[in-house]
Amino acid sequence: MSEATETQTHDHKDLVDEKIVMAYFFMALTFMLVSMLGGLLMAGQLLRHNPLSGIELFSPGRWRMIHTNAIAYGFLANAFLGLLHWSIPRLTLHPVLDKRLSWLIFAAWQIVVLATAAGLLFGQAQGLEWGETPVWIDPVAQLGLLLVAINFMPPILKVKGPMYVTLWYFLAMFIWTFLTYAMGNFVPEYFVSGTSAGAVGGLFIHDLVGLFVTPLGWGLMYYFVPIILKKPIWSHGLSLVGFWGLAFFYPLNGIHHFLYTPIPMFLQYGAIISTIAVEMVVTTVIINFFGTLWGRGRAVVEDLPIRWFYTGMVFYFLTCLQCAMQTTLTFQALIHFTDWVVGHAHLVMYGVFSQWIFGMMTYLIPRIWKTEWYSRKALEYHYWLSAAGVFIMASDLILCGLFQGWSWASLQPWEHSINVSFPFWVVRVFAGLAMFAGLLVFLWNIWMTWKTREEVELSNVALPA
Amino acid sequence: MFERKSGILLVAGLIFFAFAFLSNAVVPALMYSHLPEKTAEELVNGNIRYQFEDLARRYPEAFVAAFGQPPEDPETKEGTDWWNQNVADALREGRSIYVGEGCWHCHSQFVRPVSNEEQRWGPVAASWEYQNELQRPVMFGTRRVGPDLSREGGRRSNDWHAVHFFKPTMVSHKSPMPEYPWLFDGSPSKPTRRGMALMTYVQWLGSWLESYPDYEAYTQAPLEELKKEAAEAAEAAPAG
Repeated sequence: MSEATETQTHDHKDLVDEKIVMAYFFMALTFMLVSMLGGLLMAGQLLRHNPLSGIELFSPGRWRMIHTNAIAYGFLANAFLGLLHWSIPRLTLHPVLDKRLSWLIFAAWQIVVLATAAGLLFGQAQGLEWGETPVWIDPVAQLGLLLVAINFMPPILKVKGPMYVTLWYFLAMFIWTFLTYAMGNFVPEYFVSGTSAGAVGGLFIHDLVGLFVTPLGWGLMYYFVPIILKKPIWSHGLSLVGFWGLAFFYPLNGIHHFLYTPIPMFLQYGAIISTIAVEMVVTTVIINFFGTLWGRGRAVVEDLPIRWFYTGMVFYFLTCLQCAMQTTLTFQALIHFTDWVVGHAHLVMYGVFSQWIFGMMTYLIPRIWKTEWYSRKALEYHYWLSAAGVFIMASDLILCGLFQGWSWASLQPWEHSINVSFPFWVVRVFAGLAMFAGLLVFLWNIWMTWKTREEVELSNVALPA
Repeated sequence: MFERKSGILLVAGLIFFAFAFLSNAVVPALMYSHLPEKTAEELVNGNIRYQFEDLARRYPEAFVAAFGQPPEDPETKEGTDWWNQNVADALREGRSIYVGEGCWHCHSQFVRPVSNEEQRWGPVAASWEYQNELQRPVMFGTRRVGPDLSREGGRRSNDWHAVHFFKPTMVSHKSPMPEYPWLFDGSPSKPTRRGMALMTYVQWLGSWLESYPDYEAYTQAPLEELKKEAAEAAEAAPAG
């Protein structure tokens, strides 16, 4: 899989459409910026410092939905689509089905995301977390996901003989994402109500993380980590355990989002046990990746993409460990409905998957532009502001959740739980600002890299003459 | 099987997914199939009718502008149908505003059997309460910045809700809840159709329970008599 052997027989230019990779990255970062602004607005509202108070289109309740949807469909989906355009053709040595279809999907997906944002802003949300996408957009998004599968699956299916781990994850993901989106956006909206709709809703929230984001994230880790470290994955057996364990146990977890609801208790127990099983599977995957790093630990200091990846993996292990504990009924009684869960969500979505994507962008952007990063120092700032920011935010909110839970259980007036939360919410704003600053530094660095790149090319032309 | 395309596509992609869907979604759906889904019309009850008629009494002009002129005699078949249909419409509309404004991201709608929640809010949530079209998708919620709302109906007056939606800090000093002035025509005493629909929806929550506060038995405070007594006392005082 090394670049040298690959370029002997296949031209990278014929395989990868670099323009579309960058186009997806730009859209992803734009939506990350939008999402963060929405998050800051809501964080300010909680502190009763909302400069846009009373303006319908800037209602924090609506922007809270933009915050989560822009991350799921704007940032994660766009970035992953870009990364698929890089990794699948290079791994399979076959280009995607049709480059025109790629651009059609790109355009269609931006329309889906923007229409979702517009729908949410004008108060047309659907009542399911991460499924708020207004009902009239759902069929378009569903069609888009079908086209994505049609465009990316042919190169994978053309592979002869056994497939590499990454492709297992990708192949299954195309099926899962399509089915998950259909399940979440149509079943609880049109077919079932009440408690069973809750069960489907739980499955949807969970499968979107577990069967869309997670297989893409880990598939890309299995691709980029060995390439950058220039050594194979430590254990093929553990890779198998990781994939099949995730495939079996992860979809069974959904109901753990609605424990102590009227959903039948035996189903709740089933979800709890499956969640603990997932934690064990995750441990094997983490062991596998740290086994791969063994002997090359210095890379975490020197190589920024590797540092992003392994920071994300540590956070991943922490969130999954936290998950195995918080899913038990004992923990649930205290922490459900509190900021504990909000902290957990930020640790997974930002601390793990967004940081992995930042790492992959850090690796790919200079390769695509054939230049060096403008400022290594700025990359360091991006890393430290983001990693420290999310770590502080998550610990702060997790701790806050405990106090909220105790305040409610002790039957004090509701205002008490607000008063208790206040200092934590202040810390959260500053942690969020740090993450926001990190993103701005990254954007500035990308801009400067682009500007100075042209100068390098000019001087290259000038030199031989 | 473990590394082949067919195994990954069929077993991991389809069969495992289908197994999870069957066990975690189809099973509860079948278990509750004996509880038919109620329509909004079937959900109208005395409590919510009372609250809706109260809106007409408190905001007569705004109410007529929003829902039209109520029939003269509410006791006739025609009159009852008019009121019930408007309550049902307001419930549907109120629910879509509740969803569209993201209320459900900060307010849950289920009381758990733990953490003393029964004492704070009332009876623990039961499945039959959610078998209706207004719970499609279900509004369980996952976060409580503000309190649970599934037993909120009847706890506070429509006036309180109007002021609270207009500017929460006016009645709840430290509330971090956003303001919703676009549900009003400039003042809390002039709710729009959207505003009254949302109030109807909130007053409906828990209206099906016996623990719904019994406002029907409420009699007006004898303000006029008190004033008269005070005046008489004032007259009598200098003489005495």
